[in-house]
Amino acid sequence: MSEVQNYSPSVKDAAPSEDTVWEQKVHFIDSVPRWLAMTFVFVVFVGTWQIVTSLRLVSPIILPTPMETLKDMIFVGQNLLTGGYMLGALWITIKEVIYGFALAIAIGFSLGVLVGETAFGEKAVMPYLVSIDTMPKVAFAPLFVAWLGFGIESKVALAAFIATFPIVVGTAAGLHAADENARMLFKTMGASRMQTLIKMKLPTGLPQIFTGLKIGAVGVMAGAITGEFLGGGKGFGELIRVAASQLNTPRVFSLILYLSLVGLAVFATVVWTQRKLVFWHKEQVGGDDF
Amino acid sequence: MNAVVTHEFSGAPLGTPVYELTHVSKTYARNLVVALEDINLTLRKGSFTSVIGSSGCGKSTLLKIMAGLIPPTKGRVILQGQPVTGTRRDIGMMFQQATLFPWKTAVENIVLPIEIRDGKAAAKQAMAKAHELLDIVGLQGFENVYPNELSGGMAQRASICRMLITEPAVLLMDEPFSALDELSRDMMNMELQRICREQDATAFLVTHSIQEAVILSDEIVVLKPRPGRIAEIVEVDLPRPRTLDMMTTPKFGAIVDYIRSLLDKGEEM
Repeated sequence: MSEVQNYSPSVKDAAPSEDTVWEQKVHFIDSVPRWLAMTFVFVVFVGTWQIVTSLRLVSPIILPTPMETLKDMIFVGQNLLTGGYMLGALWITIKEVIYGFALAIAIGFSLGVLVGETAFGEKAVMPYLVSIDTMPKVAFAPLFVAWLGFGIESKVALAAFIATFPIVVGTAAGLHAADENARMLFKTMGASRMQTLIKMKLPTGLPQIFTGLKIGAVGVMAGAITGEFLGGGKGFGELIRVAASQLNTPRVFSLILYLSLVGLAVFATVVWTQRKLVFWHKEQVGGDDF
Repeated sequence: MNAVVTHEFSGAPLGTPVYELTHVSKTYARNLVVALEDINLTLRKGSFTSVIGSSGCGKSTLLKIMAGLIPPTKGRVILQGQPVTGTRRDIGMMFQQATLFPWKTAVENIVLPIEIRDGKAAAKQAMAKAHELLDIVGLQGFENVYPNELSGGMAQRASICRMLITEPAVLLMDEPFSALDELSRDMMNMELQRICREQDATAFLVTHSIQEAVILSDEIVVLKPRPGRIAEIVEVDLPRPRTLDMMTTPKFGAIVDYIRSLLDKGEEM
């Protein structure tokens, strides 16, 4: 058993004894626990916000006080908890995000495999994907509305459209991640192309695929809300647009904050899945600590 | 045509031919580099052959041709009476890196060739054999450990098990222990020798180390570079089983010196 690496990133070095003349010094700012550091940044942020609004450095119409925002958050929270009209709007946006992300994963993954696995895909499809990716994708929103109407479909399409490209790139990059030895090994084992793809290339490429999924998870929310801004509908984006048009900035702030929770939940789901599936990757086992 | 000189330190008894390479040449079309020229080589059953030469002399190309990974430009490769025209299931391979897949445990990595060849059910049945192999290489108790918890030497031992699980007729190894420290490397060489003897395996090793080649091999193929040709095939007649102590004997030193002189000559050409 002596050869097992008894390594754990959580194990700290023992305290040096009295005759140790050289010891590792950690600056106190780096030794602050995460919760304290996060609280500190939050307090500084809200404090600065409060000072700026109290001193009237910015008009209250443009920037509400933290307290006003908090009050509105409580109001919106009550509305959501009691099943008010905002809950229906939030549910519509959540559906747009989920359907959009699912569609982006299906299309992005398929195109990523086509581009990453076949010479035809790399030669014939990739140049078009790169050209489309360089276009301002939000500008397609009016087209999606014209094609799919003012309902949820046009928002789902825009959300999926924005989130697809990082997933394509992540999947294609992931399929190229396996090293020469692994490829040769599978060849010598007599593995078919499908076996090589499923048993070696895809698992090896999971870290890159998840990087694409994480970027896509952020983009899908932006796509859904932009779709609502530009194409109407009954989601949270529409509530924000209406509140903004009424100069109700505390409402805009509180709606954005609730929306960020949805975005965070989608992102956290991706990260959680990554931790379960890619437990072996060094990023997941604390390798980045060094 | 190159004259192949066989320098015998003594004639070792060898079995029937397993691998036969006849006039094998390889030219890379892209830049017209002649990597190998007119290689004639026979590996006999149960023999251990090493190929040694300076960097770029075509050692790895030769191994890839033998493994059926790349075709020769000229010549024939026959394994067990059948021409090699692609990868074969009677060949086991090992590389410089252990190439264990980190999402699989040690034992799952070992049965992977069976899983690919015959499916998951067969791989499950092969678990018992994988455990036996792990015992042979001294990794009992590490069956369900993931590769990132194994040291470099342990990972290479697991990859030896993976190479052996399908009971291949020949073992092709491309500098399998070159990434290890010298102590681990010596230990692994002794293990490899023991395993090859126990399994009566026909082994072919690509190496940079003259000492490693001499302590393991019955025959050493010395390649000279640009293009890669056989300078000489040196037969090594140290008694078996070989031990690390033999590395200090005058005979071992003489063989090492002789091979070094051949390599130096090859460099001058």
